[in-house]
Amino acid sequence: MNKIKCALIGSGNIGTDLMYKLKRSPVLEPVWMVGIDPESEGLSRARDMGLKTTADGVDGVLPHLAADGVQIAFDATSAYVHKENSDKMNAHGVFMVDLTPAAIGPLCVPPVNLDELAETMNVNMISCAGQATIPIVYGVSRVQSVDYAEIIASLASKSIGPGTRANLDEFTYTTSSAVCEVGGARRGKALCIINPAEPPMIMRNTIYCMTDDEPDQKRITESLMEMIGKVQQYVPGYKLVNGPVFEGNKVGVFMEVAGLGDYLPTYAGNLDIMTAAACRTAEMYAEKILSGELKLLAEAV
Amino acid sequence: MNKSDLAGRKVLCHDMCLRDGMHAKREQISTEQMASFAAAMEKANVPMIQVSHGAGLGGNSLQHGFAPHANEEYWDAVAPVLDKTIMSVLLIPGLGTMNELRSAHAHGVRSVHVATHSTEADTSPQHIACGRELGMDTSGFLMMAHLNTPQGLAAEAKKMESYGAQTVYVTDSAGYMLPEDVTEYVTVLRDTLEDDTEIGFHGHNNLGMGIANSIAAVRAGASRIDCSVAGLGAGAGNTPLEAFVAVCDRMGIETGCDMFGLMDMAEELVFPMMDHIVRIDRSSLTLGYAGVYSTFLLHANRLGAKYGIEPRDILLELGRKKMIGGQEDMIEDTALTMLKERESQSAA
Repeated sequence: MNKIKCALIGSGNIGTDLMYKLKRSPVLEPVWMVGIDPESEGLSRARDMGLKTTADGVDGVLPHLAADGVQIAFDATSAYVHKENSDKMNAHGVFMVDLTPAAIGPLCVPPVNLDELAETMNVNMISCAGQATIPIVYGVSRVQSVDYAEIIASLASKSIGPGTRANLDEFTYTTSSAVCEVGGARRGKALCIINPAEPPMIMRNTIYCMTDDEPDQKRITESLMEMIGKVQQYVPGYKLVNGPVFEGNKVGVFMEVAGLGDYLPTYAGNLDIMTAAACRTAEMYAEKILSGELKLLAEAV
Repeated sequence: MNKSDLAGRKVLCHDMCLRDGMHAKREQISTEQMASFAAAMEKANVPMIQVSHGAGLGGNSLQHGFAPHANEEYWDAVAPVLDKTIMSVLLIPGLGTMNELRSAHAHGVRSVHVATHSTEADTSPQHIACGRELGMDTSGFLMMAHLNTPQGLAAEAKKMESYGAQTVYVTDSAGYMLPEDVTEYVTVLRDTLEDDTEIGFHGHNNLGMGIANSIAAVRAGASRIDCSVAGLGAGAGNTPLEAFVAVCDRMGIETGCDMFGLMDMAEELVFPMMDHIVRIDRSSLTLGYAGVYSTFLLHANRLGAKYGIEPRDILLELGRKKMIGGQEDMIEDTALTMLKERESQSAA
C-alpha cells in the first residue's frame, strides 16, 4: 500500500517520539526531520532511522518538499513560530498537523471529533493535557449539560522540553477553550503542574465537571468507561485510577497516562497521548488523500 | 535593649495575610476585611502587602477553592486605602498568566512574586520579563526550596536573575527548614547572585522555626522577609509579622514597621476572624516534619474526615509520593487509593 510522506518539524521530545509512532503507521511514512540545532539528539536519531534531516529550520526543507513528495507535516516547535511554519508548508500544498498550542486551525481530539473535522489545511492537537482530559469532559457532557469543567495535568519534569516550558500561557488558554469547544462544557479552566520527583511520576490528570442538574451516576459512569476504551485503542496506558467521585453536582475523575516508552520512558504518557493523537489524525487525512477524496493544492511557488 | 551583630541592617517586611492568609480562611475573606486589614498595615508602615486569592492569579478554581470575589475586586477594594504601602501579587506560571498580570498592574498592583517549584525556574522567563516590562518590582519565588540542594537552588536563582528578577526568594513552602539550612541556602545564593540582586525568605511556622529561620536568612544576607500579621497563612501559618518586628527591634534590625500597631491589628482584626486557630497542631506539624506543601493542610483535614482516614497519614503519603504545590487534586486521589488498599487488606 502507498504511504503518505511526512515531514517532522521540531526535533525535541514530542517530534522524536512522534517519529517512532509514524514509523509504525500503515499509511504514513516520515521522510524528513527539521531542527535548528545540528547537535540535537532528535536529529541524530532521525538520521539513524533513515530520515533526511536539516538543522536550518523549516526553510531547510522547503526546497525538497516537492521532490520528496511530502504531503503532511507535523509541527512540534513552539506556538510563537507555528503560524509562519504552517503558512510556508501550506503554500507548498502540505497539510499541517499542529502539536503546539498555537491553535490556528480547528481543534481535534480524535475519539470526540475526528470524523467531523472540516476541510482545512491545518488541524490543531491542543495540548497533551487536552488530549488526556477532553474525552472525559465530553464523556460527561454528552450525558448531561456541564456548566464548568476544570482539568489539572501533572507532568514529570523530565518529559517537558523547552518549547512547552516557554508556552505555558498558550497551553492554559488553548486547553481551557478546547475544554469548552470540544469537551462541551460552557466554561473551562486548565491547570498544569510540573513535578521533578525521582523516579519521575507518571502523567496524572484530574478532571472535574460541574453538571447543571444532579449527575446521573449510572449513565455518566457508563459513558466515561466507553470513552476511556476509545482512547485506550491508541494509547493503551490510558487508565482510570480513581472515581468517578460524585459530590453534589461535581464529578471527579482521576486518570493516569503511561506511555509506550518509544523515546522517553513510560512515565512520559503526555508525549504518547499527544503524538498518538496526532498520528491518528494524520492517518485519517492520509486515507482521504490516498482515496482521492482530499486534494492538496500548492500555491504557485 | 540587646543589640546584635545585625544592628543597623535594613529589612523589608512583606506581609502575606491577604494572600497566604486566604488559604487559612478557605479563600473566604471579604473585600471589607481586605480593606480594613490593608488600612491597618498602611498605618503601621508595612512597606508591601500581597493581595489576592491564596494561589494568586488564576487561583479561583475547584482545585484551589473559589473566593467570593475576583482578584480585581480585591485590588479595587484595597488600592484606595493605600498610600505608601505597595500592593503585590503571586503569579504561578501554569496557573496564572501574563494577561492576568497586566490586569493586576492596571488595578494598582506594583510588585509580583513569580513562583515556580524549586527546580523549574525555566517556566518563568516570560512572566518575569512581563513584570519588568510593566515596571513592577519583580521577584522570583522558588517554592519548596528544601526539595533542591543549595547549589541547585542557586542555579535556578541565577536563571531567574538572568530573566530579570530583582529579588530571588528561598521559599520554605513546607516549613521544613531549620535555621542552619536557611543559612546554607541563603549563603550559597548570596555568593552566586549579583550584588544588586536582593534575596528574600518566605517561611512557614510548621516546626516553630518561622522567626528563627527569618533571622538566619537576614544574617546570611537576605534583605526581604515575607511575614503575616498573626501568622495568618497556610499550614501553621507564616512568620508572624508583629513578633518578627519585635525580634528585629531587639536586635537593632530596622524594619520601619510599627510593632504596637501590628500587635493591635493581630489581636483586634486577625484573630477574631480566624475560622480555626492557625497553630502547630498534629496536621500542620506533620507538614513541617515530612516536608509537605503547607496549603495541603485543610484539604487533608477535610478529606480525612470524608473518608475516615487520619489526615496525618494522608499527608505522610503525599510527602512520600513527592507531591508539590498545585497538586491538591492528588490529595483526594491519594485518600481514595489508601482507602482501597485498606479495604483490600481488611478483606484479606
